[in-house]
Amino acid sequence: MQWEIVIGLEVHTQLSTQSKIFSGASTAYGAQPNTQACAVDIALPGVLPVLNYGAVERAIKFGLAVGAKINSPSIFARKNYFYPDLPKGYQISQFELPVVEGGSIKIQVGETEKIVRLTRAHLEEDAGKSLHEDFHGMSGIDLNRAGTPLLEIVSEPDMRSSAEAVAYAKALHTLVRWIGICDGNMQEGSFRCDANVSVRPRGAERLGTRCEIKNLNSFRFLEKAIDFEARRQIEILEDGGSITQETRLYDANRDETRTMRSKEDAHDYRYFPDPDLLPLEISKEWIERVEVMLPELPEARHNRYVEDFGLSSYDASVLIATREMADYFENTVKQLPAQVKLCANWVMGEVSGRLNKEGIEIAQCPVSPAQLAELLTRISDGTISGKSAKDVFDSMWQGEHDGSADAIIAAKGLKQISDDSEIEKLIDEVLAAHSQQVTDYRSGKEKAFNSLVGQIMKASRGKANPGQVNTILKKKLLE
Amino acid sequence: MLNASLKQLAAQLAERKISSLELTKAFLKRIKALNQDLNAFITLNEEMSLAQAQIADKMIASGQAYPLTGIPVAQKDIFCAKGWLTTCGSKMLSNFISPYDATVIERFNQVGAVNIGKTNMDEFAMGSSNETSYYGSVKNPWDIAAVPGGSSGGSACAVAARMAPAATATDTGGSIRQPAALCGISGIKPTYGLVSRYGMIAFASSLDQAGPMAKSAEDLAFLLNVMAGFDARDSTSLQREPEDYACDLEKPLGQLRIGLPKEYFAKGMSNDVASAVEAAIAEYRKLGATIVEISLPNTGLAIPVYYVLAPAEASSNLSRFDGVRYGYRAAQYTDLEDMYKKTRTQGFGAEVKRRILIGTYVLSHGYYDAYYLQAQKLRRLIASDFTEAFKQCDVIMGPTSPAVAFNFGEKSNDPIQMYLSDIYTSAANLAGLPGMSIPVGFGDKNRPVGLHIIGNYFREAQMLNIAHQYQQVTDWHLRAPARLPEA
Repeated sequence: MQWEIVIGLEVHTQLSTQSKIFSGASTAYGAQPNTQACAVDIALPGVLPVLNYGAVERAIKFGLAVGAKINSPSIFARKNYFYPDLPKGYQISQFELPVVEGGSIKIQVGETEKIVRLTRAHLEEDAGKSLHEDFHGMSGIDLNRAGTPLLEIVSEPDMRSSAEAVAYAKALHTLVRWIGICDGNMQEGSFRCDANVSVRPRGAERLGTRCEIKNLNSFRFLEKAIDFEARRQIEILEDGGSITQETRLYDANRDETRTMRSKEDAHDYRYFPDPDLLPLEISKEWIERVEVMLPELPEARHNRYVEDFGLSSYDASVLIATREMADYFENTVKQLPAQVKLCANWVMGEVSGRLNKEGIEIAQCPVSPAQLAELLTRISDGTISGKSAKDVFDSMWQGEHDGSADAIIAAKGLKQISDDSEIEKLIDEVLAAHSQQVTDYRSGKEKAFNSLVGQIMKASRGKANPGQVNTILKKKLLE
Repeated sequence: MLNASLKQLAAQLAERKISSLELTKAFLKRIKALNQDLNAFITLNEEMSLAQAQIADKMIASGQAYPLTGIPVAQKDIFCAKGWLTTCGSKMLSNFISPYDATVIERFNQVGAVNIGKTNMDEFAMGSSNETSYYGSVKNPWDIAAVPGGSSGGSACAVAARMAPAATATDTGGSIRQPAALCGISGIKPTYGLVSRYGMIAFASSLDQAGPMAKSAEDLAFLLNVMAGFDARDSTSLQREPEDYACDLEKPLGQLRIGLPKEYFAKGMSNDVASAVEAAIAEYRKLGATIVEISLPNTGLAIPVYYVLAPAEASSNLSRFDGVRYGYRAAQYTDLEDMYKKTRTQGFGAEVKRRILIGTYVLSHGYYDAYYLQAQKLRRLIASDFTEAFKQCDVIMGPTSPAVAFNFGEKSNDPIQMYLSDIYTSAANLAGLPGMSIPVGFGDKNRPVGLHIIGNYFREAQMLNIAHQYQQVTDWHLRAPARLPEA
């Protein structure tokens, strides 16, 4: 039987506010345990939550970016359960009326484009962390993370393969960083995925029983976990079994998913509106103010790069991987509007390669877009060859001559010889010294031509403009 | 001195006839003499109280005094006070020294009032008789066989027995007004949102409201001036212009229209309470007020609605008492779940457990719509009854409690009977309206009777004026229990 895999994702994005969603404590990562947990975060008796409007603003930004409805009012609700790293015994979340409803994200897998619909995105607070190592026979609790603002983004079950799920997660990852609401750091848990996976016979309308896989903190794990889980479910069904709805945990070391808790063990969270927080009202004016702040979105930029710049869809996708990269590219193009493709190739090639090698972000790139444009100008006007340009770029990266391409070219004497008479003189000397090859060429041995070009380039110490050398040499040999 | 009004005390302090230190010592002496019998206070901290008194004396000496500077105030043990044991009447918090001040405490500290001690209360404010306190019940100073009411029984007793000139209290379903009535003192529960709830240990967040208790309406006005005000740390706190609650006290009642809900006078009220309340209303008539019969058709729903919503919120609010971070933890347990179970089984009393169970049930999957949502709908109906009523009258009056103080043990095995003690008071909490109780005489066994006054939203100044005018022509509020040594 042909099976169809159905996937929906729930992504927890940590919002990039300085302070927590309901308290004034810092959200900075990596502090000593419990040093960033104030009275509200440790849930002392009598404390009350006060909403951080910076978190709301980021949720609005997201809603606008995916074309969703911004609900006003939306309601904060308590999700009740006991766990040592949940200080109040409930998590403040949103249940019946989330701040963002609907919307969609466009993904691309290979040549195919697809729209993934969003169900909702809601604001909530993160829990703390239980530390099981280091405490023999006991658990430590670190509440630094408790109260960190999260936007949980829930998709419809619109994905049909792990590749689509990864494309969706990556598009979302790009978007939340692009609009500046999340730093996207997956190692630090700023972007965490849970996947709902089910399978059904191809062509069937009814969805199969789903399992939720937790703890997917990289795109690779997301892909592998979905693949494993789909295989597992198909095997069970093909053996005549049935799927039990449950929550499963992905174990990256063994590349498998296993039961975390079954439906019977599922908590009754007893959601109810949090009486400590008023319904969240978001005025039209507020939404308009946020809309103005919103940058041009990745999809719009992608389209512009293809339509206005004439780049391929693939190149455009690479250039919009982050907003910083796209901005870098565009700032380079601004100085050199006639050479879009050259700019694109250099940003995707030399610049990206070097950044990867050094392990730094484009924001820390020592070569500015203006400096890069200066270098690329010298390629396009024939001052230097593409090959020497790489040497110049290397020197610019090292900060030589304040990163000025022209100064480096001059200092290194890399300027091309583009003067016709100078080149003619060089060629005449070479032809005089290699009369045998001239004879060979004239008798039909085409290879001799390349050999002569090599000799000329060598005589010029690589500086002769290769195009001009070709043209003039051909002319001379025909004389 | 121990019988003096806040205004008189302030004057004596200002004229340097007495120092705050002397005043504080005098009240501490009285507390020490009576607390053994009355059990009104859970914690005294003489050192801290006297230190505050000395600060107050300096403020007075340097001309920086406020109306309450140097005046001792008893604080209900539901308010977190930095450095003070703050138990909420529970074993669960029997070792909890608060590291921070509630906003109410902070505001009293700022004006130089003296925290004279933390008063006893029903455990987590759940009770109408003070019998649920882990620290033993408070006795009614008029008759130690009688309950003082609850949950603010300690505060009511402290004021009635002249152990403190004033006290703070909280009211979720009647916890200020019912003990005020049963102890023969005055108390006001302001409009929901007027006094910050920050640092006040939550029982039912949408109903909880702090307010003062004192001998007279005039005293309440000065106390409310300190307590009321916007607080950014409480999202349900209301942002409005500060008011002087004492400014209208002397206004004549003029064309005051008093609404008497026919449902309150139909049945359920005992005769002794009825005659004292009717006499008080007759007094108001003499003062020029007109009496209007009104109807609050959903009165009968208040208790059932209250006992769905309050436990629902409480079941969640009390989840934080899990033995993990502070407070009581069972001495022995096998694993995490066992630790939770034993800690909460041992740390909470029976009434608190009952309400956690009710609350958990009404929020459960499959029952939520039938109980919690339905109760929320009815809550709006109850509130709209009042909106309609206030089209016909300025204030509503009736009995605070259906009967005078009952005896210990009388209702403690019958939760429904106990819950009905709040039959007249809980509707104001559900609607968020201000309500107060003032003493208007004595009923059976010479136990006090309270008159319940419900005002429209933010009409506290008017209510205090109405109560004050009554207290200008009567002296019930000046009576102190004769069985106690004279103050």
